Amino acid sequence: MLGRLTWAAIPFDQPLPLYAMGVVLLVILAVLAIVTVRGWWPYLWREWLTSVDHKRIGVMYVALGLVMLLRGYSDAIMMRSQQAIAVGSAQGYLPPDHYDQIFSAHGTIMIFLVAMPLVIGLMNFAVPLQLGVRDVAFPVMNSISFWLTAAGALLINVSLVIGNFARTGWMAYPPLSELAFSPDVGVDYYLWSLQISGVGTLMTGINFVTTILKLRCPGMTYMRMPVFCWTALAASMLIVAAFPVLTATFAMLLLDRYLGMHFFTNDAGGNQMMYVNLFWAWGHPEVYILILPCFGVFSEVAATFSGKGLFSYRSMVWATLGICVLSFMVWLHHFFTMGAGANVNAFFGIMSAIIAVPTGAKVFNWLFTLFRGRIVFRTPVLFLIGFMVTFVIGGLTGVLLAVPPVDFVLHNSTFLVAHFHNVIIGGVVFGALAGYNYWFPKAFGFTLHDGWGKASFWCWLIGFYLAFMPLYVLGLMGMTRRLEHIPDASWQPLLLVAEVGALVIFLGILCQIIQLYASIRTRAARRDLTGDPWNGRTLEWSTPSPPPAYNFAVLPRVETIDAFAEIKRRGVAAAPEPAYEPIEMPRNSPTGFILSFFAVVLGFAAIWHIWWIVILCALAMAVTVMAFGWSDFRHHEISPGEIARLERARLAGLPS
Amino acid sequence: MTLTAATDFVAAESARGRGGGGPAPTRIVVAYGFWIFLLSDFVLFSGLFAAYAVLRHETAGGPTGAELFNLRNVFIETMCLLLSSYTCGLGALSAERRRPERFFVFAALTFVLGAAFLAIEAREFAGMVGKGAGPGRSAFLSSFFTLVGTHGVHVTGGLVFLAYMVAQVLVKGLRPPVLRRLLCFSLFWHALDIIWVGVFTLVYLIGDFH
Repeated sequence: MLGRLTWAAIPFDQPLPLYAMGVVLLVILAVLAIVTVRGWWPYLWREWLTSVDHKRIGVMYVALGLVMLLRGYSDAIMMRSQQAIAVGSAQGYLPPDHYDQIFSAHGTIMIFLVAMPLVIGLMNFAVPLQLGVRDVAFPVMNSISFWLTAAGALLINVSLVIGNFARTGWMAYPPLSELAFSPDVGVDYYLWSLQISGVGTLMTGINFVTTILKLRCPGMTYMRMPVFCWTALAASMLIVAAFPVLTATFAMLLLDRYLGMHFFTNDAGGNQMMYVNLFWAWGHPEVYILILPCFGVFSEVAATFSGKGLFSYRSMVWATLGICVLSFMVWLHHFFTMGAGANVNAFFGIMSAIIAVPTGAKVFNWLFTLFRGRIVFRTPVLFLIGFMVTFVIGGLTGVLLAVPPVDFVLHNSTFLVAHFHNVIIGGVVFGALAGYNYWFPKAFGFTLHDGWGKASFWCWLIGFYLAFMPLYVLGLMGMTRRLEHIPDASWQPLLLVAEVGALVIFLGILCQIIQLYASIRTRAARRDLTGDPWNGRTLEWSTPSPPPAYNFAVLPRVETIDAFAEIKRRGVAAAPEPAYEPIEMPRNSPTGFILSFFAVVLGFAAIWHIWWIVILCALAMAVTVMAFGWSDFRHHEISPGEIARLERARLAGLPS
Repeated sequence: MTLTAATDFVAAESARGRGGGGPAPTRIVVAYGFWIFLLSDFVLFSGLFAAYAVLRHETAGGPTGAELFNLRNVFIETMCLLLSSYTCGLGALSAERRRPERFFVFAALTFVLGAAFLAIEAREFAGMVGKGAGPGRSAFLSSFFTLVGTHGVHVTGGLVFLAYMVAQVLVKGLRPPVLRRLLCFSLFWHALDIIWVGVFTLVYLIGDFH
């Protein structure tokens, strides 16, 4: 009846995860209680859960990413603490079984459920506004994408309390991840959560490629698109080309585990090296899926806050597309030590080093954009400068690792761990936080507190260097990654420094929470009435903050790059009121929410081999899709009178 | 800039092919998005093809492709699928010309041919499993069953899609939204043919020679 699910699945003997989950459950219950008591359910359902508005979906993505950041961070601090104290005869506080789950969950969550939602959230929010259009190409599919990602996040967190998570590392390499060596549900949680959220990501990719290539306001030629849209396009194309490979790879591993097949097993001709190849054929493009949109954010920030156009827009575009192509030619550098042979390793080593060229061009472009600009030192600019310094260091250690003989020495050492955190924190996290500070006023109509933002930046920056520079040194001293116990006492001092660094990063997160709280409390004083708090250059700043559901009452007509800067330069803002035409906007739809509900249950049932629920949920999902596919009237019309009313109300609120 | 000047400007821009013509019509957007989806589906299949290419000699002492494949059956299978693409195309043309009764005839033919393809494939699979050559026998057979089976699952999904579209045409007639969905169905069905050409060549033809 319930497959493999029994009471034994709940770890009553391990107090730590139980307490953690208890607290989380209490928080969730408290939130639900407040929502119920205050009667917010209708509002939530109408305005958020069923919303297909790209701006709302973007906000929910970013919120999901920030919440999951807390989970991923708590995994990190637990690992750091264990390594700092479990030296010599001391065993620390985490048993190996638990420790292995923590480092696996940390990597999985940070990549798939923190970095991806943050980046996709910013894309969702900003791209249609920057393109001067009213929504993405497929608004309901966009909502489905988000809810499937949330479903994956939920499923991973369920593994905390029912069953366990993978102990395989976040790549889940076979044969360790095969049934023979991981017989329990840990790897299944990993696979099903990522399959479900991966489908959501793929749909995002399809949606944004279509949106950016087919829906742009009149006059917006390719070479007039803001750079963030270019990078979003590049990332979306990478998603379309790379995520199906991951889906196929995980499907093969699932078939090995569920139907006794032999893709990656030790026996009957299976080939583990094929998994490693396929995984990184997705995995390396994934790196650029994450970083390219952040490069885009930094390009917008650099231009806006130095009050001039981006230096060498064209080279920025070509560098982006160059990276996009090159990202598929370097995957083997993740396993130089596998034994592909000197020639193959040499090829991939050279290709990996070559990627530094377009990236370097970008760094110079940002530098020259800032050069002689009238820089306004707001929080996003600090993140930009911190990023440029930090990312270049991470890039250089990356070029070092791209040399195969060096890699043979440093493979799987903490030098590698330091390298990829160097580029992911210094690049993706800083980029996402810069974007969060940059577009927050557009999303909510008031600016974020700059002082707390800067405090959070300094904590993140200093915390990062304290936490990861020691790991470079430790890697050179021979420390391998994922150690539950430290055999060499001479490593301890540096591990303690890293622990302090992780705590400083926590202060950074704390500052962000305070920043949000303080900004909400003082929002009346920090209202953004003009819609253009930073003297922006692209079209999103020509709309009110927050923008109306339809974004633009009249679709803008673009004649140059940096369209809004040009409009302001010409001073054509005070045009007579245009004749409004009715606007068709997509209707709200519960399809995404319902589908994801069944997806979570389906994933859970599949993990525990409860096949009748799996079948029921699959049928329910099919019926949901068909019900949606049946409806022809997915739009509602906003009348010209209503638009005129909203626009006049906005103009009346402007400071004269 | 006057309105005419602006219109001329936009027309000139789009004529130069730099995409300055404003948002594309819904039909274009839907079909384009569906193309991108099909592209991603091809990438998924390329992963399965790659796995098959790596594993096809890993028979672990079990039967090889040459011992298992029956090219006569596969030929009939292929003909069913190719013909169904032809009838699908005729159905799409009838729908475009608003001839529902002809559309139903061609849809029925497409469905029958697709179902015949699936029946032959199911018989082939059942026969192999019966001979002890199931997907768990060797890595070669795992990759064979997964690649060919995934295509089969797509064909099954296509048949459901087709039945669903026939129901829509029956209830709603050939309205623009229904036509857009039909366009997506045709694209999907033809894409399955392209995949099958790859399967037929790389799995059955090459496999039979070795």
